[in-house]
Amino acid sequence: MDIETFFQNQNSKKQLRILTCGSVDDGKSTLIGRLLFDSKNIYSDQLSQIKIESEKYGTQGKQIDLALLIDGLQAEREQGITIDVAYRYFETEKCKFIIADTPGHEEYTRNMVTGASSSDVGIILVDATKGILDQTKRHTFILSLLGIENIIVAVNKMDLINYDEKKFKDIIASFKNFAGEFNFNLQKFIPISALVGDNVFQKNTNISWYNEKSLIDELEGISLNEPLEEEIFSLPVQFVNRLSSDFRGYSGTITSGKIKINNEVHVFSSKEKIKIIKILTPKGESEFAVKGQAVTLTFDKEVDISRGDLLCSVKNHNYFLSDQFASHIIWMNKEQMIPERNYIFKFINFQTIGKITDLVHKININSFEKIASKFLNLNEIGYAKVALNKNTIFNTYKNNKKLGSFVIIDQFNNQTVGAGVIEHELRRASNISWHQMSINKNLRSSINGQKPCVLWFTGLSGSGKSTIANIIEQKLHKIGKHTYLLDGDNVRHGLNKDLGFTDVDRVENIRRISEVSRLMVDAGLITIVSFISPFKSERKMARELVESEEFIEIYVDTPIEECEKRDPKGLYKKARSGKLKNFTGIDSNYEIPSSPEIILETKIKSAEELADEVILYLKQYNKI
Amino acid sequence: MKLSHIDKLESESIHIIREVASEFVNPVMLYSIGKDSSVMLHLAQKAFYPSKIPFKLMHIDTTWKFKEMINFRDDIAKKYNLDLLVHINQEGVLNNINPISSGSKVHTDVMKTQSLIQALDKYKFDAAFGGARRDEEKSRAKERIFSFRDKKNRWDPKNQKPELWNLFNTKIDQGESVRVFPLSNWTEIDIWQYIYQENIPLVPLYFSKIRPIIRRNDMMIMVDDDRLKIKENEKIEQKKVRFRTLGCYPLTAAVESDASTVEEIIIELLESKYSERQGRLIDNDQIGSMEKKKQEGYF
Ligand SMILES: Nc1nc2c(ncn2[C@@H]2O[C@H](COP(=O)(O)OP(=O)(O)OP(=O)(O)O)[C@@H](O)[C@H]2O)c(=O)[nH]1
Ligand SMILES: [Mg+2]
Repeated sequence: MDIETFFQNQNSKKQLRILTCGSVDDGKSTLIGRLLFDSKNIYSDQLSQIKIESEKYGTQGKQIDLALLIDGLQAEREQGITIDVAYRYFETEKCKFIIADTPGHEEYTRNMVTGASSSDVGIILVDATKGILDQTKRHTFILSLLGIENIIVAVNKMDLINYDEKKFKDIIASFKNFAGEFNFNLQKFIPISALVGDNVFQKNTNISWYNEKSLIDELEGISLNEPLEEEIFSLPVQFVNRLSSDFRGYSGTITSGKIKINNEVHVFSSKEKIKIIKILTPKGESEFAVKGQAVTLTFDKEVDISRGDLLCSVKNHNYFLSDQFASHIIWMNKEQMIPERNYIFKFINFQTIGKITDLVHKININSFEKIASKFLNLNEIGYAKVALNKNTIFNTYKNNKKLGSFVIIDQFNNQTVGAGVIEHELRRASNISWHQMSINKNLRSSINGQKPCVLWFTGLSGSGKSTIANIIEQKLHKIGKHTYLLDGDNVRHGLNKDLGFTDVDRVENIRRISEVSRLMVDAGLITIVSFISPFKSERKMARELVESEEFIEIYVDTPIEECEKRDPKGLYKKARSGKLKNFTGIDSNYEIPSSPEIILETKIKSAEELADEVILYLKQYNKI
Repeated sequence: MKLSHIDKLESESIHIIREVASEFVNPVMLYSIGKDSSVMLHLAQKAFYPSKIPFKLMHIDTTWKFKEMINFRDDIAKKYNLDLLVHINQEGVLNNINPISSGSKVHTDVMKTQSLIQALDKYKFDAAFGGARRDEEKSRAKERIFSFRDKKNRWDPKNQKPELWNLFNTKIDQGESVRVFPLSNWTEIDIWQYIYQENIPLVPLYFSKIRPIIRRNDMMIMVDDDRLKIKENEKIEQKKVRFRTLGCYPLTAAVESDASTVEEIIIELLESKYSERQGRLIDNDQIGSMEKKKQEGYF
């Protein structure tokens, strides 16, 4: 063979990063063993070692257990399961594959996520004898979350169900049924037997009813999206090369687009424009460089650029410099995620302290329903708002995976406890300028000498919120103040009539009420809100929508025994008898406010007296 | 322009090397003189070009390396003006630990693993680059690119930190460290292709030549100096051999080969039925031995 032709072949092969995932024992490791074996990427000394081990640990009697080629840790071989991701390499005529074998066990989901994060293609295995399982769904969801566009569903162990076409079709149908909304670019279904090798490399007469491509043909046929011609250039500055006195260059890996010498680029943080003088690529000095290359650049001007900064196209870039965003988060630690706790957030070239301010919802991995929750436990996925201590440059994950992802590190034990993908930036004010209205809220409210604010009543059902709120509104009306009372009834029947009482709906209910009260404050009104609002996180969300002095949290403090005694609507009785589920105070938690502006103790004073206390507060703080 | 597989690996490795230089206070590059180390060194030079590599290199010398390796090491250090440390476990030397009478296990443990730990502790390195690749061995296939080591330099394979995208957790406490493997995703053939394309200098032992060997435990061992005592039933043969991996000469098996250039090696490799680690005695001690060694601090 001629070596130059060999290299030419090698260099024209495309590189594909793939992973196998799915539930425990679906045959992921066996499949990779099979791929290595059939592509002749196993050496005979490795094979003879596996033969010895198969007798000792194998799950296939005297036959060789291909999974042992992959399960490289002693504990894995002993238990016959995969614990951590293994990376394997094999090649065919057309492709170089980097393949990650991930564990099916729920406990080790974080290792599956590790393998998935850098993959282009996901092979989801389904055991034909078992069908779609929880882990199949969880892994499919994770692939979609991580933006993996190509998936192949390999229905494995066809040998155990006599290559039954109907069962195969049933599995396809139930897969499509749950994965319909995930929008994968490519989604293929292949019946295989990893153990025997059917449809992995070779098509087999055992499955004569299947006329499509074998697994390897399908993989080789996948084409990855090459960067678009007009893609925006971006390079997160990783390292400032000032190691010798006569040289100053800026190093990093291009995460999108391309550059040429003499191009002007933007230093994102300072908005300065500079011109590229030299491009040093791994292949030496070059006229241009493209996405994926680790380069060093020099510029026409000495400007202040440091690690953490971003160099990007002058026009049309879509990056954010902000300290808040909303993102999906996958939690990977036994210690649960706690909102408001400080963690380290690590981005591609920057890290800072920050916290998850609100967990908007978490996702039920079975039904993909959004559920209200305050915490994320190990392996749970949620949607959350993040606030950082410092402004950070980022993008959405959809636009740029490298600049839209982050990991969360525990400050105290240095564990990597979570990972996130950015969905959108918050506090748009820094980027989008609001349409400036000529009449603002100060003008609106000055007419009748009031300062707008939200009186946010929180407390148990039957604690007296509405009673007191009503009296306050009457008193304010009497002295000529403009008010509006948002109460369960007027909101539930109109704006929120589509919402029920599930946890998700409760969160959405409060979110809408918060937004409405913000608009009303903007309209200059004293807005009175009266809802149980049991969770700190929701109340905090409402608080953050308005100016800090505009939010007055009023905790109506009535002991539960007292509420239960009053029971004006007979709800406690129902809840006690089990007829009413998720009733606050009985089987759903009420979080007492830690620092409300006002506490009203209904056991000591009458509603009238308490209303006066609030009026007094408003006067003291110059609201009226 | 489309990047080839090798171009992608090259940039990925450079990115990793720069990340360490940015995030750690006192990194070091373990330089073992072999082909993987040579590629790693080459990549480090590219990462910081036109400046010098901003960290030290270190060779853990067991005193039993091939003579040609040591000469090559010193030449390279001089040629590239490298900041090279050489560490020898003097305690091991005093106790006459050697691969022949102490056995491969004890020798590797004392002169390599313990020696490395001594050196890391002595210089207080917080990150150490190694040239290991995941395709070498199945427990390596499981290791992260940034692989955490506790205060006792131990690897805990069942409790590795998740490593997503190319976001590496570089947070460690005093006394802890990280082993970093920039060549994780390279295969043996990738390494050779790169050596060819970049014209990277290598120790001549990789290339076939007539060398004096004896046969012992089904392996061909080169007689590199007179510390290797020839037993009565053994005789020195002159054979055309080369080495697929390099280590301590009494523990490294030669293979018969005519491949005397990089091209020929690649062709030979493509036709080979045996993996490169086959030439290492230390892996064969027991099933799972590499994992054990790594847990104890071996690279
Ligand atoms: N009959 C049959 N058995 C199979 C097939 N594929 C895998 N198996 C067997 O199924 C069992 C589990 O296989 P593994 O490859 O270890 O499964 P896995 O999905 O990697 O498991 P985890 O990584 O632990 O989640 C082993 O006993 C395999 O031999 C197949 O196609 N047919
Ligand atoms: Mg497995």
